[in-house]
Amino acid sequence: MSTATKEHATLAEDFNKDEERVNWHDGALWWIRQKRDISAKQTPQWEELREAASAIKSNVLSNLHDYLLQFESNLQKNGIKVHWAADAVEHNEIVYSILKARNIDQMVKSKSMLTEECHLNEYLEERGIDVINSDLGEYIQQLDKEPPSHIVLPCIHKRKEEIGELFHEHLGTEKGLSDPTLLTRAARKHLRNIFLNRRAALTGVNFAVAETGEYIVCTNEGNADMGAHLSDVQIASMGIEKLIPQKKHLGVFLRLLARSATGQPITIYSSHFRKPRQGQEMHLILVDSGRSRQLGRIDFRDSLKCIKCGGCMNTCPVYRKGGGLSYHNTITGPIGAILAPNLDMKKHADLPFASTLCGSCSNVCPVKINIHDQLYKWRQVIVKEGYATNKKIAGMKAVAWTLSSPLIYKMAGKTVRFFLNHLPFVLQNRFNPWYKQRDMPKAPKESFGQWYIKNKGKKKKP
Amino acid sequence: MTVGLFIPCYVNQFYPQAAIATLQLLQKFDVDVVYPPKQTCCGQPMANSGFEHLAEACDNLFIENFSAFDYVVAPSASCALHIKSHLHSKKNHEQALLLRSKVYELVEFMTDILKVKKLDARFPYKVGIHHSCHGLRGLHLSQMSELVDRPFSKPQYLLNMVQGLEIITLDREDECCGFGGTFCIAEEAVSVKMGRDRVNDHAKNGAEYITSADLSCLMHLEGILHRNKSAVKIIHIAEILNSTL
Repeated sequence: MSTATKEHATLAEDFNKDEERVNWHDGALWWIRQKRDISAKQTPQWEELREAASAIKSNVLSNLHDYLLQFESNLQKNGIKVHWAADAVEHNEIVYSILKARNIDQMVKSKSMLTEECHLNEYLEERGIDVINSDLGEYIQQLDKEPPSHIVLPCIHKRKEEIGELFHEHLGTEKGLSDPTLLTRAARKHLRNIFLNRRAALTGVNFAVAETGEYIVCTNEGNADMGAHLSDVQIASMGIEKLIPQKKHLGVFLRLLARSATGQPITIYSSHFRKPRQGQEMHLILVDSGRSRQLGRIDFRDSLKCIKCGGCMNTCPVYRKGGGLSYHNTITGPIGAILAPNLDMKKHADLPFASTLCGSCSNVCPVKINIHDQLYKWRQVIVKEGYATNKKIAGMKAVAWTLSSPLIYKMAGKTVRFFLNHLPFVLQNRFNPWYKQRDMPKAPKESFGQWYIKNKGKKKKP
Repeated sequence: MTVGLFIPCYVNQFYPQAAIATLQLLQKFDVDVVYPPKQTCCGQPMANSGFEHLAEACDNLFIENFSAFDYVVAPSASCALHIKSHLHSKKNHEQALLLRSKVYELVEFMTDILKVKKLDARFPYKVGIHHSCHGLRGLHLSQMSELVDRPFSKPQYLLNMVQGLEIITLDREDECCGFGGTFCIAEEAVSVKMGRDRVNDHAKNGAEYITSADLSCLMHLEGILHRNKSAVKIIHIAEILNSTL
């Protein structure tokens, strides 16, 4: 395997050096998965809701061009300035130009995975603009100069003591403080000043309604609202796939989103933004950044249905036991593994292999994305496009050659069993990853094939 | 009814007792079973690693070996699912598609085709069921914990017919064990951690045996159990269902 293909495995192995942390991380996310299950079971027609959401998104993807134009025209009628960005760089340039035109050098941001994907903070900081992430989890990650490890729970991999240490260092809280309530209060106090002083606020978008030209931001902390309502300039960044056709469709998604994410019936705030206040200006940036390319990949287009609930991460045992940061991508977990290769196939060639293809992700997905089938299909694409190493190709060719010939297969089977019985050190050594923490199966003297030849016809008496 | 017995490569080499139990079990229900001697593998090791294109010769060999039968039965959900979903042939396209529909995993063959209502088996132990993901989410041998739907379990239905057997309740009823084919080598650390957690769940809840319709998962779990000198044993479901009174 190439170094890229090794990356997830290596990072996950590092995460596993602290087994107690893995157990706690796994347990916390499994608890959320269970909350999701309870919530789903209490919701009438849960499976029908998933089906409806998936169908609405199919319609959106098939008619994206028309919905985008409709949305743009309605935004403009509402007095919102519309910008189109082909890629991350264009997106960042647009944000910068908006701020620069008003001489703004400080901006408050609420949750937006898209701006993480575009590396907006770094871009603006290089140009002298100070950006503060106002969601608590994102804020903690920003203080630690680390990307979010989960799209809904950005610092789920951190212990409260580690957060206390960070706050001590950056916010001057008492050393050793690890009480979550007190830590949250300390963060709130710092953030409150920021909200009051910043003239510009940027939010992400959960859903955008083509019919009305409004967008909806779902949060639990109310930070998006506070940022937006106190700002002179309000900016929203959204991927072009976030559209829904009509306002009546929103009910389907709002019933699914929070239940799938955390097991809550709904997020605390589902805020609708439609037009600027008097004296305020509002901008909305529609970002492609590889999405139209993914739309053109017939096997992978459905990945664009994602409503970013994070449910696939909570259920994925590889995610829970390997940690979100091992995906080395903004969007982590199973959904990240099918989105990332579209953005940079070489860099993310390892991600579709970071799965056992167990299929739990597809079953929890509120918009029924066939995530595990797409992981399998990405593997084929990645190998065909030449991102498998020579070692792996040679190995696979040897396996295929052995299994294509009954005679060679029989000889190989005998050889392996012979070594295990007589010269076990040939296979049981540190170069065999199986043997590192697992014993080899016991090798029987004869295979079933050999037994069958000796015993066939001898029916066991009932 | 003539059934072609498909014994996956690693079962043939490492777990012949499970294959023998499968053969004998089918014979108990008067099924005419034939084991084509030139069989090798379903092709999954290549396909799941992204090398589907290298599985062509393996697929053609499978078609050659098994096309003549009314059904093909395998004591492995994962291999059965792979054939059902991916068997492919450029030269015998129609035959490949037809054969896909004739492949059954042993448990589903017993419940859905043989419609087994009674078994003369006895296994006086506490048993934990490991639902392999391919059996569960691929072949729907049981209801999946993620879905809001009617519960059922074909393996449990059969195991309930076995005298003396007690099925234990697990904390996590259908979590993946981390085998995952080449995943178990490529992602060794996570694979072993996942396996260790599954094994602990069974041990904690009093299992003396872990059983499954998939030996690949069991081989992985057995490796971990052995290494940690655990008293918990693994056993393929066919061996329990075939155990005598």
